[in-house]
Amino acid sequence: MHRGKGMKFVGDSRVPDKAKFVPPKDYSEYPGKTEVFLPNFLLKEWMVGAVFLIGFLILTMSDAAPLEKEADPTSSGYIPLPDWYFLFLYQLLKYPYASGHFKLIGTVIIPGLAALALLLAPWLDRGFERRPVKRPIATGIMLLTVVSIVYLTWEATVSHNWALSEEQGKIVKQVEVDKSSKGYQLYSQNCAGCHGNNLDGGVGPALIGQNLPEAVVESMATKGGGNMPPGVFKGSEEDLKTLAKFVSEVSKK
Amino acid sequence: MLQKVYDYIDERLDITPLWRDLADHEVPEHVNPAYHFSAFVYCFGGLTFFTIVIQILSGMFLTMYYVPDINNAWDSVYYLQNQVAYGQIVRGMHHWGASITIVMVFLHTLRVFFTGAYKKPRELNWIVGVLLFFVILGLGFTGYLLPWDMKALFATKVGLQIAESFPFIGDWIKLLLQGSDIVGAQTLARFFAIHVFFLPALLMGLMAAHFLMIRRQGISGPL
Repeated sequence: MHRGKGMKFVGDSRVPDKAKFVPPKDYSEYPGKTEVFLPNFLLKEWMVGAVFLIGFLILTMSDAAPLEKEADPTSSGYIPLPDWYFLFLYQLLKYPYASGHFKLIGTVIIPGLAALALLLAPWLDRGFERRPVKRPIATGIMLLTVVSIVYLTWEATVSHNWALSEEQGKIVKQVEVDKSSKGYQLYSQNCAGCHGNNLDGGVGPALIGQNLPEAVVESMATKGGGNMPPGVFKGSEEDLKTLAKFVSEVSKK
Repeated sequence: MLQKVYDYIDERLDITPLWRDLADHEVPEHVNPAYHFSAFVYCFGGLTFFTIVIQILSGMFLTMYYVPDINNAWDSVYYLQNQVAYGQIVRGMHHWGASITIVMVFLHTLRVFFTGAYKKPRELNWIVGVLLFFVILGLGFTGYLLPWDMKALFATKVGLQIAESFPFIGDWIKLLLQGSDIVGAQTLARFFAIHVFFLPALLMGLMAAHFLMIRRQGISGPL
């Protein structure tokens, strides 16, 4: 930087007072068909950005962001699921060599080594060659990592029970339930363990809004069906009728 | 007129070098999709920046309605989603934008890796880039809890168990993030602070470093 005698400054500032305009370097000095960033290239980029934004807005309007029911820390049996980009880590923890006693392998060692290798890539791959085919080890390891991530994510999605997942998180509207009735007493003895104290679901699905006929309730309570085992209801025929009537009525709300 | 305004400011602040660094530079042929269509892979970095801008703007609007406490968090999100005009779109942009940012940052990392652009003299920019990747994953993890719905709570519990399994410092990390013995009010407050203040501040600092370095060094040459 030019310093000292002969320099002029603007007022008492440190900004140099330059008498004449300094023209920018001519682009013909660069090889190839280079282009000015502003405005030529930026305008094109802007158009691509606009198309990208339209596609993105169509996505947000066609698919609303999901929201499950409010968190209930007392709920048990909820099968957790991370966001899709963490599924591969989640899947890794399901394999026997990376869970239980070997949990550290799945939670710390494999992800830690991968992160460290990524961070230190410039020092692990020190050659001057930049083309991927000329540095097969680096390229191979990266391809293997990408394939593993895709495979683990895929495995996690196919092994996850999406129907149950949707059921367990569904927002259920709160309904007034007459908790002093005979029907509710029977319900709380026989069904509430799975279907929730307010018929709003738990391990089993919510019953509110299902619009169940009495006959279906009776048959499910005795014979089971779906994920529900048979013989859950224990009691007299008359109690079964009362219970079925109660559940059927609430389920229509 | 505009020229006079520019000259007035330039005389006092000498902005021409700043302006030249920011906007007045060449785009070499090998990264310009107008000349080689396959050069679209060089756009992933710019698109990542674009999605981050979307995230920051939509996030700013979300905080106008979001209430970070366990009694009101879910209700405020539900209200925003179902009652507020265009609330669903603002929340949708932030939700889907998060996924798209992750995809773009992943593709950008792969492009830089496979073109060997991280090699000397660009090692330091690679380090900053990988740190940005981790910060963005951290934003994804902390943001997932904020709607305070079932999947948020239980996924965060699993995430904190994973943090706890770290040798020596695991308990300390878990306590730092969780704030109390359970995943509850303290945890939500901390995740909110981390998601809205700590990580974005880090993100912007790292991005500034990332861009300063790329401007200094220029885009890596053709293969």
